Amino acid sequence: MTAVRRDGPSLKDRGVPLIDGVEKVTGRARYTADLDHTDALVGCIFRSPVSHAEIKRLDVAKAQQLDGVFAVVTAADCPHTYGVLPVAMNEYPLACHRVRYRGEPVAAVAAIDAATAQRALELIEFEVRELPAYYSSAAARAEGATLLHDDKPGNIEREVHHIFGDVAAGFDEADLVRQHRISCAEVNHAQIEPHAVLANFDPETQRLTVQSVTQVGYYLQLMLARCLEMDVSRIRVIKPFIGGGFGARVEVLNFEIIAALLARAATGTVIMQLTREENFLTHRARPQTDVMLKLGMRRDGQITACACEVVQRGGAYAGYGIVTMLYAGALLQGIYDIPAIKFDGYRVYVNLPPCGAMRGHGSVDVRHAFECALDRMARELGLDPFAVRRANLLRVPTRTMNELVVNSCGLSECLDRVEHASNWCTRIGKLPPGKGLGMACSHYVSGAAKPIHWTGEPHAVVNLKVDFDGSITALTGAADIGQGSSTMVAIAVAETLGVPLDRIRVVAGDSAITPKDNGAYSSRITFMVGNAAIDAARNLKAILLEAAARKLDARPEDIECFGEQFRIGRSGQASLSFGEVVQAALVGSGAINVKGTFTCPPEAQGGKHRGGAVGSTMGFSYAAQVVEVTVDEPTGAISVDHVWTALDCGYAINPLAVEGQVQGSVWMGMGQALSEETQYLNGLPAHSNLLEYRVPTIAESPPIEVQIVESHDPHGPFGAKEASEGALASFPPALANAVANAIGVDFDQLPLTPDRVMQALVERRRQVRASTLKRQPS
Amino acid sequence: MAQMHAESRKHLLRLRLNGRWREDAVADSQLLVDYLREVVHLTGTKIGCDTGECGACTVLVDGQAVPSCLVLASRCDGKSIETIESLATHNRLHRLQRAFHEKLGAQCGFCSPGMIMAAEALLRRNSRPTEEDIKAALSGNICRCTGYVKIIESVQAAAGMLP
Repeated sequence: MTAVRRDGPSLKDRGVPLIDGVEKVTGRARYTADLDHTDALVGCIFRSPVSHAEIKRLDVAKAQQLDGVFAVVTAADCPHTYGVLPVAMNEYPLACHRVRYRGEPVAAVAAIDAATAQRALELIEFEVRELPAYYSSAAARAEGATLLHDDKPGNIEREVHHIFGDVAAGFDEADLVRQHRISCAEVNHAQIEPHAVLANFDPETQRLTVQSVTQVGYYLQLMLARCLEMDVSRIRVIKPFIGGGFGARVEVLNFEIIAALLARAATGTVIMQLTREENFLTHRARPQTDVMLKLGMRRDGQITACACEVVQRGGAYAGYGIVTMLYAGALLQGIYDIPAIKFDGYRVYVNLPPCGAMRGHGSVDVRHAFECALDRMARELGLDPFAVRRANLLRVPTRTMNELVVNSCGLSECLDRVEHASNWCTRIGKLPPGKGLGMACSHYVSGAAKPIHWTGEPHAVVNLKVDFDGSITALTGAADIGQGSSTMVAIAVAETLGVPLDRIRVVAGDSAITPKDNGAYSSRITFMVGNAAIDAARNLKAILLEAAARKLDARPEDIECFGEQFRIGRSGQASLSFGEVVQAALVGSGAINVKGTFTCPPEAQGGKHRGGAVGSTMGFSYAAQVVEVTVDEPTGAISVDHVWTALDCGYAINPLAVEGQVQGSVWMGMGQALSEETQYLNGLPAHSNLLEYRVPTIAESPPIEVQIVESHDPHGPFGAKEASEGALASFPPALANAVANAIGVDFDQLPLTPDRVMQALVERRRQVRASTLKRQPS
Repeated sequence: MAQMHAESRKHLLRLRLNGRWREDAVADSQLLVDYLREVVHLTGTKIGCDTGECGACTVLVDGQAVPSCLVLASRCDGKSIETIESLATHNRLHRLQRAFHEKLGAQCGFCSPGMIMAAEALLRRNSRPTEEDIKAALSGNICRCTGYVKIIESVQAAAGMLP
């Protein structure tokens, strides 16, 4: 295989802009809300005004009669549940008999314009018998609490209990055992494009076309078929340009099904554009999480045992729930060599919008607790934070206790790089008051090795079409949501064939044209779709070599390619251009369609224990980072002055995009660490806008230096692994460790907002005063 | 959702949009962003929040960067409005567009039109901005993808301040 742009001194010389970048910067890119909807009806959702209630009466007659209203739908139009996990579909697109969170969709209208739709919503009559509502895990788990779901005692969606190794013996061997509890706030993806969907139902052909913001088109297709009781072959799902996802659009979302129901009821086209507040209600992001973590450590920093209990406040429905919890436990492993691990997880139902997958799915809050604990214990033992990590590095290749396969690991080099780049050794402990340095590590999967729907199909399929004009079109179902996956496919094909990038065109995300893809989740696209693209290109190359051989009267194995020139051997005189070879290949066959696939072998698909598939992957990315902060004691405000990050992504297929993904993920971790936090007042979202839900602005965002470490995974495409999620989870602990370094206070909460910092500083001053007073003679 | 109100009274609006004068009957209550997107079908200007928090709808009104979701179209009578669609000439990328493209200042691209228009307003009044100038000028524009590092580099590159 060809590898380009190897190990140059400067990343700035490497990498290519996104192949769809010009459309984006010119405003020509059409996102869902930009699609022509001149004649479309406007869809709006009637949402529950209460957190938990039995529905006594829902009367939509007056709304239906309003002039300009074309359709009103309720649960009566869709008595089917939906959900991302086949084992946990307990949610209706429109609430059926019961509402379980404030803002849950109950009915929807399609009208001639938004104003008419709004008036129709006001005419809907809704009577309920309210039930007790719970907004915290503890309240929902309390004895005697009303159950949100009758089959889930204690309001526990699922419990997970895993033990690997001899945990008691591990703690006995430790020189230091410490336990701490950390609470992380719920956060939201806050992708900048609000949710939108355009649905068309053609009564003549009985076909449904849905253009939506989905990250996983085929899930949507499947759930539409289920909820609308349609043959899945009559449904087409198209993904237009997407303004970010971060996991928000991995699950099928209620409004997508509702818009389709409205389009069918109105036999027409319906556009639905959710407000920012409705985006927060749709939610599906990282849950509020309590982590109780206990570690045993030897004097030299070696970890002897780990016990971790995680409680996630999951919201009112299952969604991805159990998977988030399983990731939390599974990804305790795969980064350090820990001989014994106990994990207990409790996913709790509460009367709040359902949580789901968000960048770093399941791993972030646990990694935060873990990396903070490592630093605190290192301090007690008088060890350097880097030394503690180095004392526990995995030796690869290995199989972890929970059967995760690790074939490549560049964490050691990541540590070296950020230690050096930040001048850690000369600066740590020597910074002026209020300034601090902190570090942490993290990792993430390059795609879930076991897909959600286990059908026996390959994990990824890419088709290539070559026609008389010599152009190559790559067809992929992989959803480019801004991360650059279509560009990655183009590079993989061009590199394998040895042709210029601009010969490749990528068509992505249209179920009528592109092969099914498992979608944009768990950072699977580079590894899986990249490998499928390389496979397709190799298959195409074999066809082209054969055609060239026929034309040159030689054996295919004697043909050599030099860019787009095909020759016999190195010194061959006769040569053919790419166009001539394509023409030769088309003789007797016509347009060429070749396929490439990628399948994760069974041994990479996790352990046999219950839930053992989650966390399994073909390759982990690894990250280390150092964060420098300044804490302003009078205000409690933390500013991040500089971040040094190193990411082992195996091999950077597009270094420019890798750098961008790493910076974006580190920065998203910064939002969670410093300011992002949803809050609810009796179930009413109190931060459902971008002013109160504090996403960092450019003004408070630091320089983020990225070092790319290439460990060359034996199975990755060109050796590559994921680059979009792994670096996120090390930011919050690196920040907390830097703050501890700056002001000597350890925090047990995220985010570290100025009020929390102030409170801690005031408390410390009070303690200092109290101890001073105690020492004075009375 | 910001949409045209069916029963609002309409008045004739005359403005210079991307260099051309035009006249449209618009409802008194119509926001500039809805006028641009729904009436003129210039969908390069995006809606990210409806309430002036995200900056995705930033356009230039008489050369000033303004969130078009906070301005009534009717208040723009006689004014010059510039949107992202006006920047490229003969389909050749404007220097900011080229820089955002080549330096990866745009990932998902949804904030990019607003971000680029805010940067354009900056570069027109300050051709050699410092990093602090850039941060101040773009502080009303939220990007959720890039961490802003490459956005700053893009603006610097457009200003000829980067190799």
